[in-house]
Amino acid sequence: MIGDGSLERFKREGRIVVVGASLAGLRAAEALRDKGFAGSLTVIGDEPHEPYDRPPLSKQVLLGKAVADRTALPRLRSVDATWRLGVAAAGLDMAGRRVRLADGDEVPYDRLLIATGVRARPWPREAEAELDGVFVLRTRNDGAALARRLAAGPKRVLVIGAGFTGSEIASACRERGLAVTVAERGSAPLVGALGGVVGAVSAEMQREHGVDLRTGVMVTALEGDASGRVRAAHLSDGSTVETDLVIISLGATRNTEWLAGSGLGAGPRGIACDAGCRAFDVRGIVTDDIYAAGDVARCPHPLFGYQFLSLEHWGNAVTQARIAAHNMLSESIDRIPHMEVPAFWSSQFGVNIKSVGVPSLGTEILIAQGSLKDHRFVGVYGYQGRVIGAVAFDQARWLPFYQELIETTAPFPPPFPTVDRHSDGARPLDADFPDPSIPTHGPTVTLSGYSPADRRMTFTPAH
Amino acid sequence: MERTDHVVRIAVDLNRCQGYAQCAFLAPEIFVMHGEEALLYNPDADEAQRDKLAQAAAACPVQAILVDAVGAGAEAVSGDR
Repeated sequence: MIGDGSLERFKREGRIVVVGASLAGLRAAEALRDKGFAGSLTVIGDEPHEPYDRPPLSKQVLLGKAVADRTALPRLRSVDATWRLGVAAAGLDMAGRRVRLADGDEVPYDRLLIATGVRARPWPREAEAELDGVFVLRTRNDGAALARRLAAGPKRVLVIGAGFTGSEIASACRERGLAVTVAERGSAPLVGALGGVVGAVSAEMQREHGVDLRTGVMVTALEGDASGRVRAAHLSDGSTVETDLVIISLGATRNTEWLAGSGLGAGPRGIACDAGCRAFDVRGIVTDDIYAAGDVARCPHPLFGYQFLSLEHWGNAVTQARIAAHNMLSESIDRIPHMEVPAFWSSQFGVNIKSVGVPSLGTEILIAQGSLKDHRFVGVYGYQGRVIGAVAFDQARWLPFYQELIETTAPFPPPFPTVDRHSDGARPLDADFPDPSIPTHGPTVTLSGYSPADRRMTFTPAH
Repeated sequence: MERTDHVVRIAVDLNRCQGYAQCAFLAPEIFVMHGEEALLYNPDADEAQRDKLAQAAAACPVQAILVDAVGAGAEAVSGDR
């Protein structure tokens, strides 16, 4: 594209293929049309459903207040696309510019957007994972099946993994009056994303709401009865939990296996791309016709030392989709970088949890407002003397203020006297994140890239 | 085809939502506060609720409520074509 009119021709009659028909794929398709792309647009999705919203699946749906197959995403405009739903992409031919589908079909493209996202990490022992009563929660079908089981009144639910999804599931179960045990390998719920200081609050919330929370333990085996129904779980501390419904919440795995051998820089940690969402090939050279967006993308973020961030966040999928769409239709000089401050939310045990920035990069935390013991506070995270993240428990309206501190790389501890004078706010504490070399549940943020500690210089093929 | 034209799809950008609860006053069948500031909503309203929904979306101080654009909601999403 060198100003010879080829871009205009591409916008008029080119072919764009979007692989992934969830939030990022849909919003990208809409943005492409919004920005005047009039060529052919094909959206490929492995699930047979139209694009749907996932956050309600672990909240409204499990509470019985919404139906799993009715969380379709609103359409912000018409996209006039060819939808290939219910068939997964199975391979990519970069030289021939074709996506191969699981049914053998091939779809040619001029530009490709990959938004294949992640899937729930399954229970590692296959025979146990197949027991009746063992679930994961990621898709609409998972949500429908799980909601049915919860409505049937299980005797005790066991949630394995106390990240955001696991904690939300436990919360919904308690609200429905179900007995729940939560088993977490780390020292507290949410510890990987928010650290031990906030994790302790989360643990207190779970216990106050009647969750049987077991931390520092692993589930070593699931046991079925003669008819193949799960009946118990064995824990690393020697104890046994009798349960008839087990939900595996061990984070997510990136859907990149279909790209193995294609030459694209894709692996277990996602698809490496530049700040403009253009994917790298395995040689570290940026492509100009392949883009990535959403949970599967991993791109350098200017606010965080240009480290490559993978963010499994709703807002990240929306923003990257728009940036990728814009850049796919732009001359190189007009391209824009992805530099939105990461943000996410969760609601559990009646508390609204929201975060901006990247708390898990922080080493210290200052409780700037409210108090930990009231479960109502703002925690500000610091890293090397600057504000790098913030989390709010039932204090969401303050977050834009802290977001500005992150955007302006404000010093940590923040230079203003705390707005809300409270003993917790007196001085920063160690944020108490777990040692990153010890695996816990799947992180919501994956960091990699230019750090000297990153030894992964070779391409890791999928197994 | 999975749907008829009689539903309106809804999503709320909960990064934006700050719990002002205007929607819960204007369309309580769809939006309910859950705890002090978290919002629960039904992602799939009846066509009959469209007016109330439009009011709620317009009243949101942070414009966090996303609904089907007029004309876009009914667009066909089929399998292979």
